[in-house]
Amino acid sequence: MIDLKAVTQLPTESGHFGPYGGRFVSETLMSALDDLSELYERLSKDPAFQKEYDEDLAHYVGRPSPLYFAERLTEKVGGAKIYLKREDLNHTGAHKVNNTIGQALLAKYTGKPNVIAETGAGQHGVATATVAARLGLKCTVFMGATDIERQKLNVYRMRLLGAEVVSVDSGTATLKDAMNEAMRHWVTNVDDTFYIIGTAAGPHPYPKLVRDFQSIIGRETKRQSVLQEGRLPDALVACIGGGSNAIGMFYPFIEDEAVAMYGVEAGGRGLDGDDHAAPLCKGKPGVLHGNRTYLMEDENGQIMGTHSVSAGLDYPGVGPEHSYLKDIGRVNYVAATDDEALAAFHTLTEVEGIMPALESSHAVAYGMKLAATMDKDQILVINLSGRGDKDIHTVAGLAGIEI
Amino acid sequence: MSRIDRCFEALKETGKKALIPYITGGDPKPGATVELMHTLVEAGADILEIGVPFSDPMADGPVIQLACERALAHNTSMRDVLAMVKTFRETNADTGIALMGYLNPIEVMGYEVFAKLCDDSGLDAVLIVDMPPEESADLTAALKVYNIQTIYLLAPTTPDARATTICDHGEGYLYYVSVKGVTGSAALDIDDVKSNLARIRSKTDLPLAVGFGIKDGPTAAAVAQVADAVIVGSALVNCIARNQDNVPAIKKEMSEIVSQMRTAMDAAV
Repeated sequence: MIDLKAVTQLPTESGHFGPYGGRFVSETLMSALDDLSELYERLSKDPAFQKEYDEDLAHYVGRPSPLYFAERLTEKVGGAKIYLKREDLNHTGAHKVNNTIGQALLAKYTGKPNVIAETGAGQHGVATATVAARLGLKCTVFMGATDIERQKLNVYRMRLLGAEVVSVDSGTATLKDAMNEAMRHWVTNVDDTFYIIGTAAGPHPYPKLVRDFQSIIGRETKRQSVLQEGRLPDALVACIGGGSNAIGMFYPFIEDEAVAMYGVEAGGRGLDGDDHAAPLCKGKPGVLHGNRTYLMEDENGQIMGTHSVSAGLDYPGVGPEHSYLKDIGRVNYVAATDDEALAAFHTLTEVEGIMPALESSHAVAYGMKLAATMDKDQILVINLSGRGDKDIHTVAGLAGIEI
Repeated sequence: MSRIDRCFEALKETGKKALIPYITGGDPKPGATVELMHTLVEAGADILEIGVPFSDPMADGPVIQLACERALAHNTSMRDVLAMVKTFRETNADTGIALMGYLNPIEVMGYEVFAKLCDDSGLDAVLIVDMPPEESADLTAALKVYNIQTIYLLAPTTPDARATTICDHGEGYLYYVSVKGVTGSAALDIDDVKSNLARIRSKTDLPLAVGFGIKDGPTAAAVAQVADAVIVGSALVNCIARNQDNVPAIKKEMSEIVSQMRTAMDAAV
């Protein structure tokens, strides 16, 4: 029997979740990561820091986000009651801002005038550019050339916010390459630059601090479920690229064994081929971007190109805590294909008047499938991690419509 | 005593400094690497660093990223690079060779299998860019079985306490990264290098090698005056990039660069 309380105390001081996590970076960055760990340990216990973070979430982000009963969707599916955790209603339109607010506050305490970020769908880039504008920090965002093309709207939003968007052409020109380039920039400018990592991956302490900042999602959900339904949900569903919205939703429920949890990876064109981004479903453990975790890699340990209709899930790795939760069996990791996600995008838009991000549409797709197998008196919560405005060009393009 | 330790002992007696060139295995094509290794030794190299191409070389600048891409276009794997070392050993039993790369190609193979293959190929040391001492216990234990040495990096940002730990773990030589940045970065500041090396020297008797920002005879000579070894990488890889389809031209140009450095270094000390 696994001691789930002990699971919630991870990572260890060295940043490990069982065999996963850790700190696999070049020596030049080690001291900056040590400093960040120390700063975070100190500030996370500092009431003044917590107060500032909570107030920003309340008055700038607009939290708490609603836990919305999707009545028409529930009727359509004909199973468990489906609730949506409305992270799409946050300022900037996704869960990403919960974390950027926290990390930008850390940056402010370090006194470093520059922040950098990597981005896939552009949501984390926008969230970083936003808080940088608010705090008067200079912001540079690294983004794969492929993603710049398919997320034009967010690129322009970042530029309007005063950020410099650097196009990354190396490798597959997607999120993993953006992260490589951000790391390279950070090595060179480590003295005056704070790296705001967007997902619950990377070298220690990032997986921990991103999880902590995103855990507001699960804590609110818990409270709201008890208030609205008188009890905890039976199942939670969240999409997983690097896994920051999912870990934020799952972490506060780890000890609540009766709550089943489902992380939905990008199944792309199907898990039988290589055109997907589902390392937890189909990959194996390895080391990339500073941590040991499940990866999509070939037999020689080279990282494979991934495919997903959603830029934000198009990543060959995943946060190390998810790798650990998979191995101990606390969370079920599954996948939804491009087609399933697109269908869910349209369904939710038409039935509830809520347009989900393509990333979140993966969670909606699997959540609908799962709800159909559950009883009507059961409760299922889908984390609606972001809104879909940014994806309108992609969706229109797939339908052959030019806007 | 390892080949690398023997090399530094011998150099100490003559008062000369070690010259350590780096090339990526399989660049510009797998068939060229062994030939280029011999060329480097003939031109005056004391120890060789051979890179293992990786899809995500997070600590490397554009020059070595492109070298990785050229080598990976030929599917050059960890096993292939070790096979190149083995072939080189057939005609060179003395020159120390360090494998340089990222951890994942080793992870996928398994540490024991990797260590055995290193031994079988005649390799002397490994330098894993993304494996600090804190994460290295299992791999170094596997390597020690075969007396393969682990080389660690030190950086300008390494605080004193960490430097002490790294020096205690070190074997063969310590690789001092002369600038904050990726490989192929701008020029190093020799005074800064000098004072940092003095700080490290007080903690260890291991040879101190300096890499990053050394591109020609004059920079090599300047570094040779303050360090035990000079590492040159991007300048040589650039010469491969310029002559991708012409191995004889690469050999000629590379030979000139290394000889010039050798001459300049020997004259400086």
